[in-house]
Amino acid sequence: MGMTMTQKILAKHSGCDFVSVGELLISQVDLILANDITGPPAIDEFNKIGKPVFDKNKIALVPDHFSPCKDIKSAEMCKHLRDFARQHEIKNYFEVGRMGIEHALLPDAGLIAPGEIIIGADSHTCTYGALNAMATGVGQTDVGAAMASGTTWFKVPKAIKVVLTGKKPRFVQGKDIILTIIGKIGVDGARYQSLEFCGAGIAELTMADRFTICNMAIEAGGKNGIFPVDEKTREFLQERGVTRPWTSVEPDSDAEYDRVLNIELDKLVPVVAYPHLPENTHPAAESNHIIIDQSVIGSCTNGRLEDLAQAAEVLKGQKIHPHVRCIIIPATQEIYKNAMALGYIDIFIDAGAAVSTPTCGPCLGGYMGILAHGERAISTTNRNFRGRMGHVDSEVYLASPYTAAASAVLGHIADPGEVLK
Amino acid sequence: MSKVWRYGDHIDTDVIIPARYLNIADFKELSEHAMEDIDTSFASNVKPQDIIVAGRNFGCGSSREHAPIVLQQKGVKCIIADSFARIFYRNAINIGLPVLEIGQEVEQIEAGDELTVDLLKGEIKIVNKGITIQTNPLPEFVQKIANAGGLINYIKGEH
Repeated sequence: MGMTMTQKILAKHSGCDFVSVGELLISQVDLILANDITGPPAIDEFNKIGKPVFDKNKIALVPDHFSPCKDIKSAEMCKHLRDFARQHEIKNYFEVGRMGIEHALLPDAGLIAPGEIIIGADSHTCTYGALNAMATGVGQTDVGAAMASGTTWFKVPKAIKVVLTGKKPRFVQGKDIILTIIGKIGVDGARYQSLEFCGAGIAELTMADRFTICNMAIEAGGKNGIFPVDEKTREFLQERGVTRPWTSVEPDSDAEYDRVLNIELDKLVPVVAYPHLPENTHPAAESNHIIIDQSVIGSCTNGRLEDLAQAAEVLKGQKIHPHVRCIIIPATQEIYKNAMALGYIDIFIDAGAAVSTPTCGPCLGGYMGILAHGERAISTTNRNFRGRMGHVDSEVYLASPYTAAASAVLGHIADPGEVLK
Repeated sequence: MSKVWRYGDHIDTDVIIPARYLNIADFKELSEHAMEDIDTSFASNVKPQDIIVAGRNFGCGSSREHAPIVLQQKGVKCIIADSFARIFYRNAINIGLPVLEIGQEVEQIEAGDELTVDLLKGEIKIVNKGITIQTNPLPEFVQKIANAGGLINYIKGEH
């Protein structure tokens, strides 16, 4: 019997030729990530072990959630992270001003390569599967332990084969694809499984699409999402200065899958996930009755340059609806700077949007766009759980940058085609 | 005897402990906000040895270990669910909070029921109903971590 992409990476990192579903393994890890929320308690756990860090070059610490610090308590947590980074000479600590949202930042910094294992104390660590890595979210105890040992334990997951075919329609992007998948299989449809993407439709997807899709594998309950390597992947890695040797993986022809999901890209439309679960997907075009107070464009899901380009395409020459606050957050400083050079930031400000320095901020109800009682936001973020962006009686609707920008202009949820004719 | 706190499907980490409180580094202080977005009575009324019983996909969402930690801080003896989200399950084991995944049998347990749970045997008794549910014991590897009181103690014992 053959192996899936995930099985192959786990096998290689565990000193095995073959691993079977359900097997428990101790695996070497290539990169360990923590942020300003999960890093401090991970450091406390690490300190209990009383060993040095296993490799100061293989730990990434990114203060992105409540940073630039929103209050004294978050400042104390960031200081804890910073002090540890200095004490242990952690190479990949990213200070405010050089910082970005971790899952946009690390691939752009060339820290992720195909075939690698990355664990992060952040559930959206699964983003890196877009680069053919096995990447998954863990807790802070796992990260604390791994910072000492360089290893972690895994159960080999079952897999769902997602076959993508056809071409994307004009306003459909990665967000619509993954929300449609979650709508089909449910928020626990891939629980403890890997989502393994394949099919001719992959060639249609940009790297930003693939990052967005893998980012939300967790929203279907998935352990990880993973794409094979193609020409676009190789170009990305080259641009990002990944020169260390890497070995990509492809699934064996007789790899075993729990189920197969066929997605015909031609048939997709821009969708919106209604509160309070990402599986509550509806076509954006059928959601005009939903009036919004805020539109957030950014996050580890959709804060990349291509996402901002789509927002700019919609907002060029337009005005944000008088009743709407539109908050746009480039995911990294580099993306911010490139967006400025391309004129996007001017477009956003002229349209009446607020543009912020990189932060996770509103996505998790931290700061920079919190909702009041009864308020409603459309957002390119990843979760619409109760109270996620603020008051327990506020609502979040998840969508792509195209759809979030079009909705910001019209004041209600709208298909991008209603603004961009 | 343990009192049951009964919840439904897809109880996410944002309602177990809302992110707006995650700037609180002290876990005891943080635990005063446990479950508050879904059940404002929980944090002030839960007693040590009480048990949370829930439906599918308990703990979905964020990787924040603060979620199992605040429940453990509140003295919750164990969590029984139809199924658990992967990261929550792993985090609970790593901190030594027992989690029992028992599938649809969970529907037999209602709010206010009184339970006795034998974690080693995987045996749940609904005392007031005279029902016994037999579950699979935890995998051996996981039991070792649980017995050590969590992953860090387990690792320290190894070296």
